[in-house]
Amino acid sequence: MLRDITLGQYYPADSVLHKLDPRVKLMGALVYIVSLFTFRDAVGFAAATVFLICIIRISKVPFSYMVKGLKAIVVLMIITALFNLFLTPGKQVLVTYGILTITMEGVKNAVFMLVRLIYLIVGTSIMTLTTTPNQLTDGLEKALMPLSKIRVPVHSIAMIMSIALRFIPILIEETDIIMKAQMARGADFESGNLIRRVKAMVPLLVPLFVSAFRRADDLAMAMEARCYVGGRGRTKMKPLRYQKEDYQAYLILAGYLGVMIAWRVFGARIWGLKLGA
Amino acid sequence: MSIILDKVSYVYSEGTAYESWALKNVSLKIEDGQFIGIIGHTGSGKSTLIQHLNGLLKASSGGIYFNGRDIYEEDYDLRELRTKVGLVFQYPEHQLFETTIFDDVCFGPMNQGLSKNEAGLRAFEALRSVGLPESLYYQSPFDLSGGQKRRVAIAGVLAMKPEVLILDEPTAGLDPKGRDEILDLVSNMHREREMAVLLVSHSMEDVANYVQRIIVMNDGSVMYDGTPGEVFLHYKELEAVGLAAPQVTYLMHELKEQGLPVDCGVTTVEEARNSILKIFR
Amino acid sequence: MGIIKASKLVHEYIRRDEEGNVESIQTALNKIDLEVQAGAFIAILGHNGSGKSTLAKHINALLLPGEGTLWVDGMDTAREENVYEIRRAAGMVFQNPDNQIIASVVEEDVGFGPENIGIPTDEIWTRVEASLISTGMLKYRSHSPNKLSGGQKQRVAIAGVMAMEPKCIVLDEPTAMLDPNGRQEVLKAVHELNRKKGVTIILITHYMEEVTDADYVYVMDQGEIVMQGKPREIFSKVDRLKKHRLDVPQITLLAHELREAGLSISRGILTREELEAELVQLYGSKKGNVNYTG
Repeated sequence: MLRDITLGQYYPADSVLHKLDPRVKLMGALVYIVSLFTFRDAVGFAAATVFLICIIRISKVPFSYMVKGLKAIVVLMIITALFNLFLTPGKQVLVTYGILTITMEGVKNAVFMLVRLIYLIVGTSIMTLTTTPNQLTDGLEKALMPLSKIRVPVHSIAMIMSIALRFIPILIEETDIIMKAQMARGADFESGNLIRRVKAMVPLLVPLFVSAFRRADDLAMAMEARCYVGGRGRTKMKPLRYQKEDYQAYLILAGYLGVMIAWRVFGARIWGLKLGA
Repeated sequence: MSIILDKVSYVYSEGTAYESWALKNVSLKIEDGQFIGIIGHTGSGKSTLIQHLNGLLKASSGGIYFNGRDIYEEDYDLRELRTKVGLVFQYPEHQLFETTIFDDVCFGPMNQGLSKNEAGLRAFEALRSVGLPESLYYQSPFDLSGGQKRRVAIAGVLAMKPEVLILDEPTAGLDPKGRDEILDLVSNMHREREMAVLLVSHSMEDVANYVQRIIVMNDGSVMYDGTPGEVFLHYKELEAVGLAAPQVTYLMHELKEQGLPVDCGVTTVEEARNSILKIFR
Repeated sequence: MGIIKASKLVHEYIRRDEEGNVESIQTALNKIDLEVQAGAFIAILGHNGSGKSTLAKHINALLLPGEGTLWVDGMDTAREENVYEIRRAAGMVFQNPDNQIIASVVEEDVGFGPENIGIPTDEIWTRVEASLISTGMLKYRSHSPNKLSGGQKQRVAIAGVMAMEPKCIVLDEPTAMLDPNGRQEVLKAVHELNRKKGVTIILITHYMEEVTDADYVYVMDQGEIVMQGKPREIFSKVDRLKKHRLDVPQITLLAHELREAGLSISRGILTREELEAELVQLYGSKKGNVNYTG
């Protein structure tokens, strides 16, 4: 069940995006999110769409693979759309049914929010699709390093993240085994009301926690045995170094964001003039 | 009691790039009171096979019949099947969760819908039959030694009074004495309770010492099915698929080649000893 | 002095109740004396709970002596400033293959140790490659550890230790959770490291078949060394081994039983070939001797 989630799982391919420095991709995701909230009209929307399509093509990740990931959040998308549809006040009322009113503004908002949400998820998932979890943590560690000056334990956070990534699949498999083992003793995880179901989780959760703690203990010892004493004095096997492509990518991102903001500030005026005329 | 598997196949991740056949057309009959060893290396399908026997996994194709009834029938009670086909997983001590040993063993019988008293009686009986000292019954299972925890976990399945007991690698990680103790325990249970026992193992020596019938799994199919003597006659074929016959079997074959009139069908130290002593008489 | 030397080494696990009063004391190591020469292949046998894993952790300074002294490569483990160097000199491989692999890519895991001790990037790569080659895992370098078999995971763990270029590797029941194929893989890798790279090996196990090729064997029970000697000497004492909750390889046991039954077979048979040769010879002389009346 948990294994079906493909949203943002690394997809190995040989593309320019895959080779970019993870810090660039982190920044790219951030820029794209910001840009999504700058546009209010069809031109901005078109620009964000074109940008996204280009990135998808460059990434060499099959579009169908990304869409499959979207299935996991369909419910969230529907809720967002419905909220916007019904709860936006406006002048142009289209339909009224009891207390529910749909306005032109509501329709517009719903469509834009839905599009934003989908773009946001597809856009950020391209980052995780083209970056291995390890590169991502490395990138985060390096990008956030300045924070360690104000005593944020950046290295430890990155280490915790990468260990979590290593052990999540193991713990998922373990959950599966424990669940089956308790089912073999007649446990029932599927029927009954909420309280019964929560209670039924105890025989699953206790062994899972015990096992996780045992693993943590073992792992801590294994790390200590291999001379791990924290981030100080460590060297890197795969240090992050910017290449020519990385700087080019930064330039493209800056250009994109600049255009989007400029359109937001000045474009609306031009658009407005045209409409007014 | 009987379990019949009719052309059972199981495919993992069907329809994706990771699709793989864990079982291919397995047909077997397991009858009352048999003590069976299932042997195969990691990935041979033996664990997948046993999870079919109590309905934890559903075959992609083929049928399974328990006491003559198709377990895939719509109204078949799989939970009841699981109490009749007791399955002890690998490292079963990792599933202990209650605050006392006694409560943990009661978990199975309680799930069967038995009253507290009845479940308690079952737990007592099961704990006694695995030979755990009574003074420990109300202690936390987490304070026990590895071998003791495993006994408690086995008792947890026994307390449901299954008609068949299946154990997946019950000796993994135990030291030689602990291994012998668990195997003796299982063997006693087979004898005294007259229940069918399936022992999954990758240790040929362990299995040969105890069981009457060996099923060799390889690549998702049944490769051999017969008495230990019969199966280990194929020691060369077994070796080709990464399994080895017991050391004594090799020795006997080599002695025979050297012209000593020994019996090549032996599979245990005791049999080998008797066969060798016979030619020196 | 040998690469590892213990003198009257004591370790006690002390259990305290909530107020901090001592509830019970369990002596895990009781006045252990032992010396291991550089380049040797040593096996330590014992049942679960005999103290062998505690001893292993002392050699890596993960535990410190209660009484007595332990020297690793000439360094006293009780001195805190030595800890780092001791862990560099004596690497450790643990029982559970999953719980000692840190990274999600094989080569990155092997590089973890060298990173910790501040090896320059270029050299990390050479070391990682060399240790992956020496354990036969080079072709899996970019794999995820989750996709490997147990034996392969243990070989990755061994490569991870090798990349720190230790003088000695302590393996604490490295095969206990593996199937027979995995066990053989790991043992082969360990023997090769010992032979080709001259790394001192201390193999802790309860599988008797794994120690027949060791140079020297220690048997532990209740925190003490109760037997020591060459494998042949140890295995000739079948009854004593059984007393310490151990057993002997099938062939040794068969030879022992045949001897008990009156056949003249030498003590401490280790391999099939040895037993076969003796039996063939015995049978030949029996046939030759027409007066045999046994």
